[in-house]
Amino acid sequence: MSTSRRWLVTASPHLGSPESTQRIMWSVIGSIVPICVAGIYFFGPSALLVLLAAVLGALVTERVFGKRGTLGDGSAVITGLLLGLTLPAGIPLWMAFVGSAFGIGFGKVIFGGLGQNPFNPALLGRAFLQAAFPAALTTWPTNTGADGTVFSHFRLDRLGEWAALRGDNFALPFMRPEVVDTTTSATPLGIAKFQGLEEVQKSGIEMSDLLLGSTGGCIGETAGVLILLCGGYLVLRNHMNWRIPVSIFVAVALLSGVFQLVDADKFSGPLTMLFSGGLMLGAVFMATDMVTSPVTHKGCWIFGIGIGALVVVIRYWGGLSEGVQYAILLMNAMVPFINRVTQPRVFGTRVQKVRVTA
Amino acid sequence: MNQNVFWILLSAMIVNNFTLMMFLGLCPFMGVSSRVGTAVRMGLANIFVLTITAICAWFLHNFVLPYAPYLRLISFIVVIASMVQITEMAIKKLSPALFRQLGIFLPLITTNCAILGMALWQTTKYDYTLIQGLFYAVGAGLGLTLALVLMASIRENTELSDVPSLAKGTALTLIIAASLSLAFMGFSGLGSAS
Repeated sequence: MSTSRRWLVTASPHLGSPESTQRIMWSVIGSIVPICVAGIYFFGPSALLVLLAAVLGALVTERVFGKRGTLGDGSAVITGLLLGLTLPAGIPLWMAFVGSAFGIGFGKVIFGGLGQNPFNPALLGRAFLQAAFPAALTTWPTNTGADGTVFSHFRLDRLGEWAALRGDNFALPFMRPEVVDTTTSATPLGIAKFQGLEEVQKSGIEMSDLLLGSTGGCIGETAGVLILLCGGYLVLRNHMNWRIPVSIFVAVALLSGVFQLVDADKFSGPLTMLFSGGLMLGAVFMATDMVTSPVTHKGCWIFGIGIGALVVVIRYWGGLSEGVQYAILLMNAMVPFINRVTQPRVFGTRVQKVRVTA
Repeated sequence: MNQNVFWILLSAMIVNNFTLMMFLGLCPFMGVSSRVGTAVRMGLANIFVLTITAICAWFLHNFVLPYAPYLRLISFIVVIASMVQITEMAIKKLSPALFRQLGIFLPLITTNCAILGMALWQTTKYDYTLIQGLFYAVGAGLGLTLALVLMASIRENTELSDVPSLAKGTALTLIIAASLSLAFMGFSGLGSAS
């Protein structure tokens, strides 16, 4: 007896969506791939190795400690890729592996897996690495596009230079990495922080370098415009809440604009702030993590403005040159609180005072 | 010694947060952080005790201890213990429900290292004036409250999640505390660069 689908009687819900966790995750991965390719283009095979090590660390940890069958939903791949993108290309591979294993293990699996973690696993892994190996995480190999235009290494005679490793990637755990003959350069933010804003102009870093990505930095954070395009694709697919990045950009631009008016010699301006460091990558791909961002739209605005303000505070007055990861982690910690405060009113009821005693 | 009082408050509250950066006062941080409401009140009780202790410690430091320096620890402990007793009696009288919720952790403020640490640092490490010491104590208390509230709101959320039995309870709490502490590292060195 063939039951006609028209007469099938079931409990609600009756309208299904073709979207599933897997589909969303894999479309996010698809939108990260161009950024990975750009990172490999800028930082050579070292970047590819670091990305692979980070993804491997995430997958192994998810498989060994996670629940059965969670490997296929792609969330571990995203964590690994995002962590890899926030590491410098010259880092020893075992560190990338340990970092993403920590992120997945202590950031996600221990809370019960996908959807239950309070902190973004990739950022937690990076914060752990930054605390454990600060020197390795702040050694930035020179971008191959840095001494010319972005397209300068289409020249064949520079292929060898591109293919060289950017650091001692194969150092063994807890061994002193061999000093590989590679040039390092500070990030624009680092120069602005520790040497002063005039040095940034002297070092020849221009706005176009920041936009297109031919500056020193982490593997995936330099190509600002490309990250925006990939984020735009996710917004069009409705896989990302555009309010979060937009509110981060607005907060950072407004605050840094005001401070630049106050003292232009000391504080860098809005465009530089927006396109330097990990702000683009963080705002578009890390802060928008569905699990660790607020559920209401109002909450998302608060969340984004909080991140933007914290980024500006840490960059201008902090001891570190970059604060995006910490800003996002801190606001991740605030998310349960934001959710509690921005609970929407049930239609037809009055606004109730939020009960403090639960 | 001429530090801005506002900066002292901010520094004690966030940059050198007693719980998350100095790892002081961990017992109430672990013990009473399962509900946001209780956490807020525990924080308020701590702010109260810290403020009174700061005043007493300043008087002791400037008028008694120069003549009897060996009394420093013991006199601070006596001051804190009597303050906690007063707070406890007040809470028991004013809000019996809260008294039951705080339970053993209220008398435990006596041995709360954050409070003794605050008193010792305020007098011997920084040698603050009375006003500076007050702001330092309030900052420390607000920092404790902030850490407690963040911790409690995250823990309330994880109550419904499918935590592996291995990690349930204190282990998970410690891991959340470690993650919070990692996040607060972003503030390290705040204000020192410029």
